[in-house]
Amino acid sequence: MTELLDQPAAPAADEKYHGLTHDEIDQLGAELDALRLRILADLGEPDAEYLRKVVKAQRSFEIAGRALFYLPVIGWVPAVAALSVSKILDNMEIGHNVMHGQYDWMGDPSFNSRMFDWDTMAPAENWKYGHNYMHHTYTNVVGKDRDVGYGILRMDPEQKWNPYYLGNPLWAFLLMTFFEWGVALHDLEAEEVFAGRRPMFGGENAPIWRRIRKKMGKQVLKDYVLFPALTGPLFLSTLAGNAVANLVRNVWTFNIIFCGHFPAGVASFSVEETENESRGQWYLRQMLGSANITGSKLMHVMSGNLSHQIEHHLFPDIPARRYPEMAVEVQEICERYGLPYNKGPLHKQLFSVFAKIVRLSFPGGSQKEAPVRGPQAVTEDSLAA
Amino acid sequence: MSALISDPAAVPTRPSPARTGGLLGPLLRSKLVTALASPHGVDTYLERFNPMWAAHEVRARIVSVHRETDGDAPVATLTLQPTSTWRGHRAGQHVLVGVEIPGIAKRFTRAFSISSAASGRGERFTLTIRAHDEGQVSSYLVRQAQAGQILHLSQAQGEFTLVESPATPTISRLVFITGGSGITPAMSMVRTLLRDGYDGHAGRKVTFLHFARSAEDQIFATELAEIAAADNGVDVHLRHGDQVFSEFELRRLVPDYKETDTWLCGPPGLVELVKTAYGDSTRLRMEFFKPAVARAAVSTGSTTDAPVIEGDISFTRSGKTAAASGASLLEQAEELGLKPEFGCRMGICFSCTRTKTAGTVRNILTGEESAVPDEEVRICVTAAAGDCHIDL
Repeated sequence: MTELLDQPAAPAADEKYHGLTHDEIDQLGAELDALRLRILADLGEPDAEYLRKVVKAQRSFEIAGRALFYLPVIGWVPAVAALSVSKILDNMEIGHNVMHGQYDWMGDPSFNSRMFDWDTMAPAENWKYGHNYMHHTYTNVVGKDRDVGYGILRMDPEQKWNPYYLGNPLWAFLLMTFFEWGVALHDLEAEEVFAGRRPMFGGENAPIWRRIRKKMGKQVLKDYVLFPALTGPLFLSTLAGNAVANLVRNVWTFNIIFCGHFPAGVASFSVEETENESRGQWYLRQMLGSANITGSKLMHVMSGNLSHQIEHHLFPDIPARRYPEMAVEVQEICERYGLPYNKGPLHKQLFSVFAKIVRLSFPGGSQKEAPVRGPQAVTEDSLAA
Repeated sequence: MSALISDPAAVPTRPSPARTGGLLGPLLRSKLVTALASPHGVDTYLERFNPMWAAHEVRARIVSVHRETDGDAPVATLTLQPTSTWRGHRAGQHVLVGVEIPGIAKRFTRAFSISSAASGRGERFTLTIRAHDEGQVSSYLVRQAQAGQILHLSQAQGEFTLVESPATPTISRLVFITGGSGITPAMSMVRTLLRDGYDGHAGRKVTFLHFARSAEDQIFATELAEIAAADNGVDVHLRHGDQVFSEFELRRLVPDYKETDTWLCGPPGLVELVKTAYGDSTRLRMEFFKPAVARAAVSTGSTTDAPVIEGDISFTRSGKTAAASGASLLEQAEELGLKPEFGCRMGICFSCTRTKTAGTVRNILTGEESAVPDEEVRICVTAAAGDCHIDL
């Protein structure tokens, strides 16, 4: 049907790909397809109820947060906390997932991927293109997936080193601090601009930049002008509170997202090896190119279930609340096929990511910290399991 | 039935915040509040407190459900209290009603004609609906809906309305020809004429010719009998069972019918007969409810294993058509030279989502077929499984 599904796969029939034969990869694809269909058929009232419950909680936190700023001094910390929770829920469990089309089946315009927008700088329309299409289709394909290093970091040894990358840890820190601005500007494709392939604000970037300006204007007006002004003499206190809430959200989402694809052991891929990929191979790439975070139920909710990054990448359009139950089966499938299933607690995954950021600020880096790369890179250990 | 004759709009409506004092509504719709509620919109916050509070969206609470007829395809009249955002309706208009069907948690949206007399801002109105076998929404509203439930509405829409307003009446004669549940928009017009006319009179001569399957199946029977008996200028002619429309009969009732403003609403058979009778007359106005039902997939007994798909895809916006080939709608559109937006081409990114307005399609990934009208489909993983209309 499409080139991704139908055409013959790249490796020859007798060649193994990540330790699996062709037939095994097809079988893997069929098993994951079956799991997908089973969950799709089961979607219904509990899923809709869950989403409405989360939205209700988010709106309540938001209203409480905005209101608590009227309480001088003692209200400030609870206000910032409530607003931070509101923004995190809005961006992760609601926004990211709704804009993936996970709840389009409900037929409710307020939860439709084409109509939803989130409480952050990035306009929905720009983000959906870069994320749902580019990142989810070409996951971890160096040179195609623009989320590998976001155009400003060196997150893969295949990215050619230059002295700019000595600042890798600093750039990462700045990206974390200003994450919502970074995500919004990401869609201007700065690396294309610097390569001279498109103008920064003109040409094909013109409509993208227009949407970014408009959305940024609205967000700034709301958080840094109107709500502070409504608290009258507490203007500066509210302004600072809103800024801190946005910062808390930035730091949290940056960390969750960086744990999704950058911990050690996560594979990256070349453009050549993913040409004419079969559906099974696509599934395989999503599994090898993502990592999960283990933790409490609260952590999963606050991460929008992106702590189940592997399941999210296999089934991006299935409501995220289903990922925990699907993870049990995906992990079992991985074990049977001798495939790695990258998971770990938040601190372990974070440490691994930061070690990589630091290591790759220097030349090389394809040794110990390097991701698994291609069929040769599959170790005997991972096959023996 | 007498409750229906009394003007539903006369029932006092409960004020909601957007009306109170006449100040809150404009405030909630102000630029300031819109900016504060960005990007989600003020309604999503108001809704938390009371589903009947709205600044932009239109919702309604079901006030009562009144069963009009029983049988295989029962009819019920729903009295609705809309939010203050409802701008009212002109007689003959319809409204899109969104319903969340319990159990499957999906919202379906269908158009229904308004049966009560013209309404003003925030005023109550009624829908009279027949439960069709294939109609999930109509069936639910007639058989299961209960007072207190909330429905999602559009504003009233449609141009199948009386030409002039009560403020600029004419005395020219009117003819209504309706069949089955097609009576509803005409009923709204007759009720409006009787309400706004002079001293219980419609203000002009009205001929109301209606066809129903049987006397038991006749909607508004009591009220129609009362209208027929009263001195009001309205002639009511009810035809049941085998009595089909005939040009001869119409000519006998209204000799110059071709020069008389006529409103026609009913099933396709009736519409065809009446259209033929009116020929090229410009006085005939029509309203269709159900779009022509598309053929479902037909697997003819072919020698190959794959079922042969018979059907035509019509890309309604561009006006292009193609025979269903089994390829994805995206590929078929591209073959016709159309350039719809797309992304992953494997069903994950939702870039290519389009509305299928009617017809049957098959999801290539799941094999699932669907004949639901006005359904959003990802055209890269959807193929035609019969005739279908795509908004492209």
